Amino acid sequence: MLWIDCPWCGARPESEFRYGGEAHIARPDPATTDDAGWGDYLFMRSNPKGVHAERWMHREGCRRWFNALRDTVSNDVLTIYPMGTPRPDAPGDEAEGG
Amino acid sequence: MRFRLKEGGRIDRAQRLRFTFNGRSYEGYAGDTLASALIASGTHLTSRSFKYHRPRGILTAGAEEPSALVQLGEGARTEPNLRATQVELYDGLTAAGVNAWPSANCDLAAWTGRLAPLFPAGFYYKTFLWPASFWKSLYEPAIRRMAGLGRAPEAPDPDSYDKMNIHCDVLVVGGGPAGISAALAAGEAGARVMLVDDEATLGGALVGLRHRVDGVDGAAWAQAAAGRLAAMEEVRVLTRTTLFGYYDHNSLSAFERRTDHLGPGAPAGTSRQRLWNIKAGRVVLATGAHERPLVFADNDRPGILLASAAQRYLNQYAALPGERAVLFTNNDAAYEVAHDIVEAGGTVGAVVDCRPEPAAPLAPALKEAGVALHTGSAIAATHGTKRVRSVTVAKLDGDGGLSGEQYRIFCDSVLVSGGWNPAVHLFSQSAGKLTYEEARGIFLPGTATQALEVAGAANGSFGLAACLAEGAAIGARAAEAAGFGDGTPPPAPPVEAPEPGAITPYWLAPGLKPLGHGKAKHMVDHQDDVTAADIRLAAREGFRSVEHVKRYTTVGMGTDQGKTANVNGLAILADALGKTVPEVGFTTYRPPYTPVTFGALAGRDTGALMDPVRRTAMHVWHEAAGTVFEPVGQWHRPWWYPKRRDDKHAAVARECRAVREAAGILDASTLGKIDIKGPDATTLLDMVYTNAFSTLKVGRVRYGLMCGDDGMVFDDGTTARLGENHYLMTTTTGNAAHVLEWLEEWLQTEWPELKVYCTSVTEQWATVALAGPRARDVLAALAPEMALDAHSFPFMSVKEGVVAGVNARVFRISFTGELSFEINVPWSHGRRLWDALMEAGAEHGITPYGTEAMHVLRAERGFIIVGQETDGTTTPHDLGMDWIVSKKKADFLGKRAWNREDSRREDRKQLVGILTDDPKKVLPEGTQLVDKRGQPPIPMIGHVTSSYASPTLGRSIALALVKGGRARKGETIYAAPETGFLPCKITEPVFYDSEGAKRDG
Ligand SMILES: [Zn+2]
Repeated sequence: MLWIDCPWCGARPESEFRYGGEAHIARPDPATTDDAGWGDYLFMRSNPKGVHAERWMHREGCRRWFNALRDTVSNDVLTIYPMGTPRPDAPGDEAEGG
Repeated sequence: MRFRLKEGGRIDRAQRLRFTFNGRSYEGYAGDTLASALIASGTHLTSRSFKYHRPRGILTAGAEEPSALVQLGEGARTEPNLRATQVELYDGLTAAGVNAWPSANCDLAAWTGRLAPLFPAGFYYKTFLWPASFWKSLYEPAIRRMAGLGRAPEAPDPDSYDKMNIHCDVLVVGGGPAGISAALAAGEAGARVMLVDDEATLGGALVGLRHRVDGVDGAAWAQAAAGRLAAMEEVRVLTRTTLFGYYDHNSLSAFERRTDHLGPGAPAGTSRQRLWNIKAGRVVLATGAHERPLVFADNDRPGILLASAAQRYLNQYAALPGERAVLFTNNDAAYEVAHDIVEAGGTVGAVVDCRPEPAAPLAPALKEAGVALHTGSAIAATHGTKRVRSVTVAKLDGDGGLSGEQYRIFCDSVLVSGGWNPAVHLFSQSAGKLTYEEARGIFLPGTATQALEVAGAANGSFGLAACLAEGAAIGARAAEAAGFGDGTPPPAPPVEAPEPGAITPYWLAPGLKPLGHGKAKHMVDHQDDVTAADIRLAAREGFRSVEHVKRYTTVGMGTDQGKTANVNGLAILADALGKTVPEVGFTTYRPPYTPVTFGALAGRDTGALMDPVRRTAMHVWHEAAGTVFEPVGQWHRPWWYPKRRDDKHAAVARECRAVREAAGILDASTLGKIDIKGPDATTLLDMVYTNAFSTLKVGRVRYGLMCGDDGMVFDDGTTARLGENHYLMTTTTGNAAHVLEWLEEWLQTEWPELKVYCTSVTEQWATVALAGPRARDVLAALAPEMALDAHSFPFMSVKEGVVAGVNARVFRISFTGELSFEINVPWSHGRRLWDALMEAGAEHGITPYGTEAMHVLRAERGFIIVGQETDGTTTPHDLGMDWIVSKKKADFLGKRAWNREDSRREDRKQLVGILTDDPKKVLPEGTQLVDKRGQPPIPMIGHVTSSYASPTLGRSIALALVKGGRARKGETIYAAPETGFLPCKITEPVFYDSEGAKRDG
């Protein structure tokens, strides 16, 4: 059970949250995106061993979406940051992210 | 109690307890376990083994027990596969060994042992291959009867269970010397501490030893420490509690047995077991170590047990393992066991040490007491059937073989010690990495990934002084990390105890014949009946990965997770592969450490409390009408209303006819309703629906499909424009929460610039669908102010007004094809509206109808149900609903995906109608469809999605998804072989009023 620090409600157990997959996958312009590009947007994710930027929503609380950096090896949640802001730096980011 | 000492031990001789085991009456004392009471009575045979039905006895004295598994109690309270070593004795206890039929003493299936050559490693995979149907009818029932491992109770569980959630600064797992001193150190620093131990009392190994701490007996020291801990306000000690799961972020789960030890004397109203979900700041793992057996020929006979277990039975329970014991060891520490037995007045026939020149400090004392010492020797054979009667001791040739010199030694118990394995199970569960230490042949905790430290024997520190010092240091550090104290440990108390001494890892003792030849078995995994020969066979057959060998041979796959088997099995595998142990690697331990009951996991979430039930405002009326309810998500919806002796079919037909010919009412309150407001509400709807909402006029309603950006339909419903920037969206009952989340996700993550609020109002509005040619007459009586004619109140529009004296929103929409009004009133007025409609409709033959009639009516009219006609791979085009897809909008969710080649395939599954040639045959939903009759395999071309007996048409109808189906109308296809290849015709997916002539009444 992860414990996730909701920016509005504080640390709460994972079972209250919905996982939203990898963060920073912007919806591309459908008019100028080819089939392969659309397929990438829909299905392709980086799945790193290490620091992963991902989205969470506090379903059984404030119902707000936010981003998190999580180390997929230790499951440590390193940073929580708002939707729409760029991915912050995290320890080991350059070494293991990808 | 022949083998009970007159004095000593930690049992209460004043309390005699009677119990029954395998049908025989026994006596024991308070403080006994089932296993100790049996051993004190001279009974070692408890059960039969899983595969070969070999007689099995008690191997250990604790949680690691692989073979003395018992079925405890009878009737609704019976429980299978409990370890006799952990069942505390109470008066009147009844138990029997598992896998034995009719009894462990006379087992009719023991012939499987004689068929042993037929049961090699992987026999499941080799023997029971073809045909697949034999599995269900023949192999599985036979295997289950033979193996099975105990019986589950058949009656409902009469006991209650509960759960606790708790936070602490420091969680200490294990109440042995290391755990106690960690808890004392952290508790004295002021931290909030939890100490969890799976035994009845604190003390761990001290309880089974004669070591002294702080000048007193070790067990007494532990009791005193327990008293000190109990006096600390912020410390909670849980005994009889197994920490069984170590999950992420220091979330752990423990299983407390609160009344099991009391048997029928358990107080009423107390939960039997409790699940603790613990969130710990820091964790101290002081989980101790398990002695590991030596692997030698026929090492599984009753009477053969771990040396430390015999020592515990002696010192804690005052029970000797037998008349005459033989000790077989590879280490110095085990000599203490023989010494304790001799001191207690028992007899040790011989010590067999595989090391050529051991220098155990206790050896001279044993020699003096008349114990023969066979060094550089091993047990090469054991003899006896239901109890070991003698062993053959043979000199080793120093090269892994026997030199030829042999002795026969008579004995009725064999004590074995192959060294100690740190109990790293929880550390491994926490995602910690293990390291291997060659010298002692043990896996040790390496790098931790969570906030934890390992203390004492679990960390490879086997000496008592080291355990106490390490525990105190780690406990103080953990408290400091939580903000209590300065990390200085309290001074460790002085001890009187021998040091662990030397050990030479020894993995496999040779038998009299080469391994795998003859009848002798070198048992590695006592629970799964896996032998050293099985592991070698797997290696010969090409298995290299330890994970594959584990699954192929089933070593370590039992309920004990191979606590006594894994390391031996791994070393034997490494040897067979010519590799080192670390090269072969280690399997990962998973929760639970020992089995946990379903009762504890469920807690109070059973029966009516399992899931909340949502009821509509009219629920009580439905109940009084004798409705059969259908669960839809958490809602209970009227399914059909039986009248007199109606069966389901007759009731549904009557309800359908009422809607088609007069008037029916449906409780539609459960439909999801989302209030959408804001200057950008229209923009949002234009993006999430396939059709346009910007063109919808205020007061009008539009049906829409929602798709994901992959182009697949995921919900449908109507949305009404109540004002310029105000909409009411309806969703399917089961999908309401999901749709609201879907809208919120896009608003919060992709389009935060849109100014829109979405609010669930499902439970604010009670909804009644009034449908049928007489619907207008019924409503007119209740809403005299409202103009209801088709011109003033056209199809797909909404009006606000007073209905039955209540402010209402009325929608002219239809899911049945008939003239229909969906009347919404504030939830608390739902029942009043329903009653008024029933009364006003009486003269028009108004009839309540349920979800089943609704499904039939909509299928007749060809309306889809999302999740029934769609399955997540269905586009609007597949459904023939191109008419609802906007050609003008530049962008909306789903649009881009339809330009993909796959969306344009001619042979996509498309929605069609299906009429069986025989109008009486109703195809089961899900029926596969094929092109022609013949011998399978035949390619499937589609499947039936909805199928009913239509009362309106007087025949069966079905909807189906068929490859390229739209171009095949009129063709004959066949239902799957199971139906006998029923011929059917592909038709339009509309069976009734395809022109829509009925909707205005
Ligand atoms: Zn929150």
